[in-house]
This record gives sequence, structure tokens and C-alpha cells, in this order.
Amino acid sequence: MTVLAERPQVAHEHPEHHEGPTGILKWLTSTDHKVIGMNYMITSLVMFFLAGIMALFIRAQLTSPSGAVLSPQQFNELFTMHGSLMLYLFAGPFAFGGLANYIVPLQVGAPDMAFPRLNALSYWLYLSGSITMLMGFMVAGGAAAFGWVAYAPLSEPTFSPGSGPDLWILALALTGFSAIFTGVNLITTIFYLRAPGMTMFRMPIFTWNMLVTALLILIAFPILTAAVVLLFADRHFGTHIYTVQGGGVPVLYQNLFWFFGHPEVYILALPYFGIATDVIPVFSRKPLFGYKGMTFATMSIAALSTGVWAHHMFTTGVVLLPFFSLLSLLIAVPTGIKFFNWIGTMWRGQITFATPMLFSVGFLFAFLMGGLTGVMLASPPIDFVTHDTYFVVAHFHQVLFGTAVFAGFSGFYFWYPKFTGRMYRESLGKAHFWLMFIGFWVTFMPQYQLGLEGMPRRVATYPSGLGWQFLNRMSTVGAFIIALSFAVFLVNLWVSWRKPVPAGDNPWDAHALEWFATSPPVHHNFTKLPPIRSERPVWDFHHPESLTVRHDHSSGGTS
Amino acid sequence: MNDPTNGTVAPVRLQRRLLTVVAAIALPVVLGGCQVPRFYGYRGATRQGHDEFMLYAGTFIAAIAVGAFTGLLILWAVVRYRRRSDEMPRQFQYHIPLEITYTIVPILMVLVLFGFTVIDENKVDAVVNHPDVTVNVYAFQWGWEFDYPGAQVTIQGETSTDPDPVGPAGPSGPPCAPAIDCLGPGLVLPAGETAQINLRSRDVIHGFYVPEFNFSRYAQPGVLNQFDFTPTNAGVYRAQCTQFCGLYHSIMLFHVVAMAPAQFQAWLSAERSKNQPSPANTGGGNYPNVATTQNSPYTPVGGALSRRSTNRTKAPV
Repeated sequence: MTVLAERPQVAHEHPEHHEGPTGILKWLTSTDHKVIGMNYMITSLVMFFLAGIMALFIRAQLTSPSGAVLSPQQFNELFTMHGSLMLYLFAGPFAFGGLANYIVPLQVGAPDMAFPRLNALSYWLYLSGSITMLMGFMVAGGAAAFGWVAYAPLSEPTFSPGSGPDLWILALALTGFSAIFTGVNLITTIFYLRAPGMTMFRMPIFTWNMLVTALLILIAFPILTAAVVLLFADRHFGTHIYTVQGGGVPVLYQNLFWFFGHPEVYILALPYFGIATDVIPVFSRKPLFGYKGMTFATMSIAALSTGVWAHHMFTTGVVLLPFFSLLSLLIAVPTGIKFFNWIGTMWRGQITFATPMLFSVGFLFAFLMGGLTGVMLASPPIDFVTHDTYFVVAHFHQVLFGTAVFAGFSGFYFWYPKFTGRMYRESLGKAHFWLMFIGFWVTFMPQYQLGLEGMPRRVATYPSGLGWQFLNRMSTVGAFIIALSFAVFLVNLWVSWRKPVPAGDNPWDAHALEWFATSPPVHHNFTKLPPIRSERPVWDFHHPESLTVRHDHSSGGTS
Repeated sequence: MNDPTNGTVAPVRLQRRLLTVVAAIALPVVLGGCQVPRFYGYRGATRQGHDEFMLYAGTFIAAIAVGAFTGLLILWAVVRYRRRSDEMPRQFQYHIPLEITYTIVPILMVLVLFGFTVIDENKVDAVVNHPDVTVNVYAFQWGWEFDYPGAQVTIQGETSTDPDPVGPAGPSGPPCAPAIDCLGPGLVLPAGETAQINLRSRDVIHGFYVPEFNFSRYAQPGVLNQFDFTPTNAGVYRAQCTQFCGLYHSIMLFHVVAMAPAQFQAWLSAERSKNQPSPANTGGGNYPNVATTQNSPYTPVGGALSRRSTNRTKAPV
């Protein structure tokens, strides 16, 4: 057991030579999954900050009923781009382009992704898609202003003329292909490049979740790409797919969009569940409670997510309410299983609260709240009241902020030593967490009440005298607290860059294979691997006295 | 769109009653009726809306219970099991009975909620065969048209397309009490009777939303959506477009006025006899006890936000 299994030499060989270009050329030409992963993370964080600044403008506008910060057109453009950037260009790419790209090959003990050049293509498509979308602000008529969902017929040329909407559509097509290629790459990597001994049920949950996410990407993104290409045809080639006048069916767009859109929610959430599921056991010094149940829960969430799209369309009056309601409600079951797995993992552990763990616990509370209101929204009569109000805004921000931002930062701080070989400053990390945690609740809780009192979403102005101003101001204050927390984050990065503190290869006494590599990992990742006898090979290697899999359990390996 | 339920046969009705009895046992607090706290929502100014409120209140209580239970478990784990020594915790990983429990219990809870949901949505979505009044509602960029086909009355109100609709007027109390509830054109309905709404859109998708009725429905091009309102009391109810519909979505307002049936008939015949728009009639129409909406919270800036109410013959669809 204690003998290091030398990795077969063939696995190291790669047609590429190791010494590539350096400097800026390295970032431009590399096919190394770590470099591409970093490119993805940096680009998507830039998108995140841009979208966050847009959110601040939106909140500033709503500080008073007659907010004069933005014109109605500017407001509509900004909330459209805020949503589009956050969902298409940040939350997804940060997870499956950035973290997964960097971490998954390491976690399965592979030297790189299965298709390194396709991987590079994915990134460049993503970058050009991002630039295309942002270019909307520079054209006459302004950026797209039809919401991130671009419902037809509002997105038809009659109602949204100009090239801003066209750029938005093209951006989605480009990033859509980028996501599809990344999905193919991840699936192939996970199926074919696992190290000897790394069976499916020994993969870390983050890798498991990325596998399921990649499958969902292949299910959902082609539909989105097709839907927006048809929209483009309506706009430019004289088709009438989504217009009544030409015999088309507008509601078809909603069906296609949400058939992408709801799996998309889990494409955004599952990777971040995976992060929290990797972080919590490490800081509890225990294996994940209910590992296999967790994988089945993830798979059933994915399966159910393909049959719930019309819960975004309850108020259209043209969908079968009980079917979509039941399937949507059932998603609460595997989600509940995950919660109990997380709690069971912490139970009787020895929990330390470094920044990654704080963010993961923050994620638990945020996602609990977002999940519960999600269950309420899955009931059509309740959705009739809350649909398109701030209640929904609060709900999906708590879900998406809870996952993509809380769990996202948890992962970023967790793997930051691995990415850079340096430690961030723990005090600044904690300050970041507490500011963000407070800002999060102050921002989004008032929005539930606003929604229940009838304030619609996507309004640039609202009546005074209904008591909405106080709640809106509270929400705005919260948003600026969140912004402040990100400033602390940037300071943390800057300090760590200017005054490096070496991190070592495994600062957290963590579990998965990436912590066996050097920090940052060498080209092609590993020079040697520990024996893989459980889902915690690195833990087993360092703690032979408390192995993950004890005696009787047949591990399928020879020892 | 909505399945009519008034034609259901007796056994189904009996089954429903049985389910209602189950509801009575499961949610006694909720069935306390008006003693239930509002939970930030509206009790529902229509019969349908009140049914919805009951489901909402019950779900809210259940959500609080589940949330508190799970949240306290997390909090307990975080506080109780924070690191106190270097002792290695036991490396346990599975507990099959517990895992089965926390799979089965949520399934049961979800099924109960689903049962109540189905009962409730059938009530909320039920449409009668012979409503007391029918109104054709058309949404358009950016305004509303309410057409009473039997009475040859059409109320139309439009939001101006002036680019700078800023509010509010200030503290002065406008006559329509509260003014905020009477913005945009008015949809007048008889209280205590069942009105059927035929909802359509003339251009993009809009959202017909009356918060105090606990109801919203999309107005879509090419789709007819039918639903019933039975307002329980006379009153004025603020309403608004909720589905984003373009530049002036924010101010695509309207309101609903429920009045006693006799008053409603009087209003209808008065509207029918009128042939030209009356300048004093700006806002929501000329109904008893409801004044006009000058000094509205959305101040017209140089006439920016003009609304007009016109009577004309039934508009071609």
C-alpha cells in the first residue's frame, strides 16, 4: 500500500514538446489545460465584475421610485446584459471552462484533457463570444434589451430592431459551441483518461458532477443554439418561426429556450455543488457521508431537470400544469439528499473554518433559502402570484449567487494554493466572506417581500406610497456591501501576488489527486501517483491509520 | 387552456370532498381562515385568489418548518463539531437506514404538497360555462383594452411613449383613495359575481397581473387565455404588466374596480350612452365613488405620461 505506483511512462508521452513559448505567447498558444483553465477563470471573473457593476447601476436606479440614474432604454439594456453576462459568460464558463478544465484532469490523474486543441478552440470561441456580446453597447441602437431570455416576439425585428440583438444572438451561438466542445472534452477525459485504479466510484464528487454537467451541456446547449439560430433566421432570412403573422408559434421559442434553460440552471449549479462537496469533507477531516447516494442524487437531478422546463411557463396557460409541477417538486428530493450528505459529513467531524469552508457553509444557508422558495414556485397557484415579480428575482439570485458565487469563491480559495503555489491572506478571505454573507441577505431578503407585495421584475420605476422605497433601498445597500466584499477579494489577490507566501503541495490535508501534484502542477501534472484505493487517495497516502475504505470492503485493487 | 371543471361527475366531486377533509386535518392552522397571518402576501380579493392564499399560507408554514429544521441542523453541526482537538474523527461514511429515511420523507412531503397543489390549481383555473359578465382584454405595447362584448363598451388606456416617465408627484393626497391603485385604464367588474376574462395580446407577450387577486397570466399573440374572477368585495385594485414587454414595460399599469352589480350595470349603460371621450374622464373611467387620477404618483413630465380613456365601438380583433 505504501509503495508509490509509478505512472506508466506512456502516459507521460505526448506529441507536444514540453518546452513551449513563454510570456504572453504562452497564454495565447497553449493547449495545456491549466493555462486554458486560468484563461477561462480570469476572463469569466472579468465578466462577473462587469455584470456586477451593471447590477450596481440597476440597484442605484431603483433607490427611489423616480430613479433618474438611467433612462428606461438604458435600464432595459443593463438588466439584459447583467443577466446574459452572469449566466452565459460567468457562471457556466467559470465552472466548466475554468475550474473543471484545471481540476478534472488532475483529479482523475490525467496529464491533460482528452482533446487539448479542441480545448483551446473552446476558450477562443468563448472569448470571441464574450467580446461579441459586449460589442452590443457600441452599436447604434444599443445592446440587446429583451431580457436574458429574449422571448419572441419581443426579440423579433419588429420590436427589437438594430444590430445589438443580432450580436447577442451570435454571441450565444459562439459560446454555445464553446460549451458543447468543452462538454465533449470533459466526458472523454473522464471516461478515457482516468489513472489506473481510479474507478468511477473513486472519482471525487467534483469530477462526478462535472461529468453529469457535461452530459447536460450536450443535452441542452444544442437546443439553445438551434433556438437562437432560428431567431436569427426570423430576423434576417424572412422566416416566421416565432411570429403569428407568418403562421409561426411564439410559444415555441419559450419551449425551446427553457428546454435549454432549465437544464442550464443545473449546468450552473452542479459544478458548484461539487465544489462544496469536495471542500466540506476536507475541512471536517472525514470522508463524504453517503458518497454513492450523492452520485445518484446528482444523476437524478440531471434526469429530472430535462422534464421541468415548463415550470417557467406556468402562467402561459398552454402547458400541462400537474406534470411539470410534480417533476419540479421531485427535484427537491435529491437536493434534500445532498443537504443531508453535507450535514452528515460535518457530523462528528473536526471542522476548521478556513475561508473555503466558510464560503461552503455560507453556500449551504444561501442555497437552503433559495431551494425552499424554489419548491414554493414549483406549485402553479403560488407561481401565478409570484411569477415575474421580485419574489422570483430573489429566489434565483439566492440559488445562483449561493452556488456560483459562494461555492464558486469557496472553490477559488480552496484551489488558489494549487493554481499559484501561494497562500492568500486568511484574514482578508474571512473579511471577504463576512461582508459578502451580510450583503447577500440584506440584498435579497427584501426582494421576497417586494415580490409578494406585487412589485414586478424588470421595472425601471415603481409607484411611491406603497412602502417599496425602503425595501428597495435596503436591497441597494446590500448590493454595495457585496461590491465592497469583492474589493476585499481583489486586495487579497494583490497582496498575495506582491508578497507571496508559499503554500506547499497540500496545505489543507486534502483528499483528491490534485493535492498530490506540485503547486502549481508541472507540465502534464504528475511525475508519480499514490495508489488509488478509494475516493481519497491522497488522504489514504498520508493517513494509513485511518483509511477511507477499511478491511472488508472489496476495493477491486491488489494490495 | 384551462379545463372546465363544472361538468365533473359526482364520484370525482366526492373524491375532492374527501381530499378537502384530508386538507382540513393536515392544515388546521390554514383553515382558520382569516386568522391566518398574511405571510407578506395578499389574502386574495377574489374567491379564486383566496383559494390560492390558503395554499400559499400552508406552503409557507411548511417551508418555514423544513427550513428551520435543516438550518438548525447545519448550525448545530457547524457549532458543535468545530475542531477542538487533534483527535482523528471516526471515518464513517454510510448509514443506510438514515439514508433511506431522508429519501422517503421528502418524497412523501412533496407528494402531499403536490396533492394540495392539484386541488388548488383546479379551483383557481376553473372556468364556468355561463359567466355573469365576459370581458375581452387586449394587451398591447403599451396599454390595455377592456372590451365588454355584450354591452358594446370598450375602455382603452395607453401609456405614452414619451421617453422620460418619471414619478412621483409628491406628498399631496390625490382624491382617488389610494391614488396609487387607480393608475392606467380600469377594468370594471361586478363584485360577488363571476366575470370571465378572455385575454389576448396584440403584439408581444404581456403579463396580466392583479396582485391582490393573487393571479397572473400571460397575454400572448395567437393564444386565448380564459379565466374567471369572482371579486368578493367592492374595491379598487392596483394592477400591472409583469412580463417584460419592451421600453415602457415599467409603466404599463391598469387597475381593477369591483362594484356592486347594480352599480356595475349603471356604469355599463352610462358608458354605452356616451359617444365621445370626456376630458374629465382621464384615468380609470367614470365610476361612482372613485375620483380621477390627477396627481398620480407617476407625474406626467410635460404631459409625458398621458393616459386616455375612450369609448368606442367594439374593436376588431
